[in-house]
Amino acid sequence: MDSLQIYLTLAAILFSLGMFAVMTRRNAIAILMGIELILNAANLNFIAFARFGGMNLTGHIFAIFVIVLAAAEVAVALAIIINLYQNFKSINVDEAQQMKQ
Amino acid sequence: MNIFLQYSLLIYFLPLIAFGIQIFIGKRLPRQGDWVSISAVLATLVLSIALFAGMLLDYNPDFKQNFSFTWLETVNFKISMGFLIDNITIIMLLVVSIVSSASHIFSLKYMEGDPRYSRFYAYLSLFTFSMNGIVLANSLMLLYMSWELVGLSSYLLIGFWFEKDSAANAGKKAFLTNRVGDIGFFIGIMLLFTAIGSFSYADVFSGVAAGKITGNLLTLAGIGLFMGAVGKSAQFPLHIWLPDAMEGPTPVSALIHAATMVAAGVFMMVRVFPILTLDALIIIAYIGGFTAFFAATIAITRTDIKQVLAYSTLSQLGYMIMAIGTGAYTAAFFHLVIHAMFKANLFYGAGSVIHGMHHSLHKLNDHKTDAQDMRNMGGLRTKMPVTYWAMLISSLAISGVPLFSGFLSKDAILAGTLALVERTHSHHILLFFGFGAALITAFYMFRMIFLTFHNDPQKPKIFAHIKESPTAMLIPLVVLSFLSIFIFYTLPNVNPLSDQGWFSHLIEPQESLVLGNFNPSVHEIEESLHHSHIPAMITSLIVASLGLLLAWFMYFKKILSAEVWTKRLRPLYNLSFNKYYIDELYDKFLYQPFLKLADWVAYLDWDIYDKYVINGFGRVTEWVAKIVGIADYEGLDQGIVDSFGRNTQRMGHSLRKIQTGKIQNYVLFAALAVVILLIIQML
Repeated sequence: MDSLQIYLTLAAILFSLGMFAVMTRRNAIAILMGIELILNAANLNFIAFARFGGMNLTGHIFAIFVIVLAAAEVAVALAIIINLYQNFKSINVDEAQQMKQ
Repeated sequence: MNIFLQYSLLIYFLPLIAFGIQIFIGKRLPRQGDWVSISAVLATLVLSIALFAGMLLDYNPDFKQNFSFTWLETVNFKISMGFLIDNITIIMLLVVSIVSSASHIFSLKYMEGDPRYSRFYAYLSLFTFSMNGIVLANSLMLLYMSWELVGLSSYLLIGFWFEKDSAANAGKKAFLTNRVGDIGFFIGIMLLFTAIGSFSYADVFSGVAAGKITGNLLTLAGIGLFMGAVGKSAQFPLHIWLPDAMEGPTPVSALIHAATMVAAGVFMMVRVFPILTLDALIIIAYIGGFTAFFAATIAITRTDIKQVLAYSTLSQLGYMIMAIGTGAYTAAFFHLVIHAMFKANLFYGAGSVIHGMHHSLHKLNDHKTDAQDMRNMGGLRTKMPVTYWAMLISSLAISGVPLFSGFLSKDAILAGTLALVERTHSHHILLFFGFGAALITAFYMFRMIFLTFHNDPQKPKIFAHIKESPTAMLIPLVVLSFLSIFIFYTLPNVNPLSDQGWFSHLIEPQESLVLGNFNPSVHEIEESLHHSHIPAMITSLIVASLGLLLAWFMYFKKILSAEVWTKRLRPLYNLSFNKYYIDELYDKFLYQPFLKLADWVAYLDWDIYDKYVINGFGRVTEWVAKIVGIADYEGLDQGIVDSFGRNTQRMGHSLRKIQTGKIQNYVLFAALAVVILLIIQML
């Protein structure tokens, strides 16, 4: 088993764990953490391809780009969650269903 | 411009202008504008006198001026209109303007305080304009138009006090009865026009002389024209409107229904005399003679002073028509002129009496007593001397007493009748009509005079408040009384027994123009007239004095009791009193069947046609519409159009269920989809 495959397998496990968290959690913070896991799985893929797949510098740049994006995303998402909490006194996403008919 | 044309244009249009001013701004003028109409009519009087004086100075029987302009021109024919001025026109213009002026002046007091005072004068002006149109017309077209216009003014004036139902109905009756005659008149005119192609008298005469229309057709045309005269001059059987027309104000009765308009029929017959065939003339003579006698017998039993005069007018018009029929048409025109004066005078006299009665009744606060009933009068001679003398003179004139005008013309007519009988040795009944009517006329006129002015007052209370009428009403009476004296019609001759004078010189009989005619020539008529003059005069004097004496004994001396004779002659009295039941006969045999027919047609129209056919269409349409409506609504709307909506909604409802609003679900679906896509790709 060569090293690229190991990395990719690790990334797939990470992605699946993130996906699972997003789908099953009701807590908004937990969903956010799942998303972070998914992003990091993607980052791991970029790095692995940069090292073994010939993506070279592009992979690094993308990885850094994704980290910046994730930071911004967290900032926005946390702001949303604070607002959510202020409105519903809860961060359970199931309770935010005013717009459902 | 020709002086005659100028004069006639002024005479024609001045009253029309006065009418226009009166009808639009009359009420806002000072004195409600009566001076506008009066000055217009006085101007026509002055102009007519000027024309008349010119005619007398000229003294030419053949004087004739014709002015004509094209009114309408099409490819096929041309209609021209204009004025014809000859001696007949000038004399008639003078008659119209004298009586019309008298009427205008009389109305100053008679109509004083009427709420529609200015409109009354407007109508009088309209009438004067229309009547002058008849007189001046040189064609049957303008004649017919003016003829209808006088009919309109007559209608408006009879119904002037339209608050009274009787007046409104009388106006309608006059208008509709005239319509019957006018249909015949129109047919007559169109027969002549179709054959000759022109309306003007000159063309019609030359057309007839050239034989463009002959025989029975010409007789028919003549009878058609005569039907117009029967309507307008109220001859039997269309006489029924004239007595009712007395509902109008008295000056109107004098002007329109005694002196001028009703004479228009006679005037028209005088104008068209040369084209009348022998057959037509005989019919005319019989209708005229019958009316003269028949109306006179009705007048005997009238108690309303105006009704007596109305039937007397009918009778005198009958005389004129009979004179035309017998060929003595100058006598007819002579009588027309003379009758206009004394009959207008009688009506003004009656108006004066009624005015006095009204004032007295007003003072007594009595609104029930009839101011026109002679049984409420009596003895008025001392209270109203001027009126009395005026009416006495006119009554002497109408009765045919020598020294008064009526004697001359009546004598001429009776001589004409006698001459006809002598020429033809038949038609003796006309003599009976003529002399009989003369006797009765004298009788009923003096019955009226005695009942109204002589003996003791029958209602002393009313009598106590009677006063002579104001001066404005007496002026016409005095003037017209003078004009009832023979001398004005015979100058330069002063023999009271002969009708020779300026009139007989200026109005010459005309030869008949009918081709192959059997009409007697002018010479023959003149000859026989000459022969019959003396016997006719003597007979008429005898019958007139008989009638007068009878009235004297019955109503003045009371030797013969009117009541006893009424009882003895009960059936005759009833006939006369009920006007021979003519109105009832018309009602029974004309109006009621017609109303029944109208009812029946109305039934057909409304109950059958409307309700079944017309409404049937409606019902069928409604029924079809219902079916179409059901098909449209239930089938198309509900079935097809709405089902799209319903199905869409149903689909939406079922699809909605997967829109849970939970992010996790969507993510799950997305992940599943990715998995499925991957599997598909791998396969």
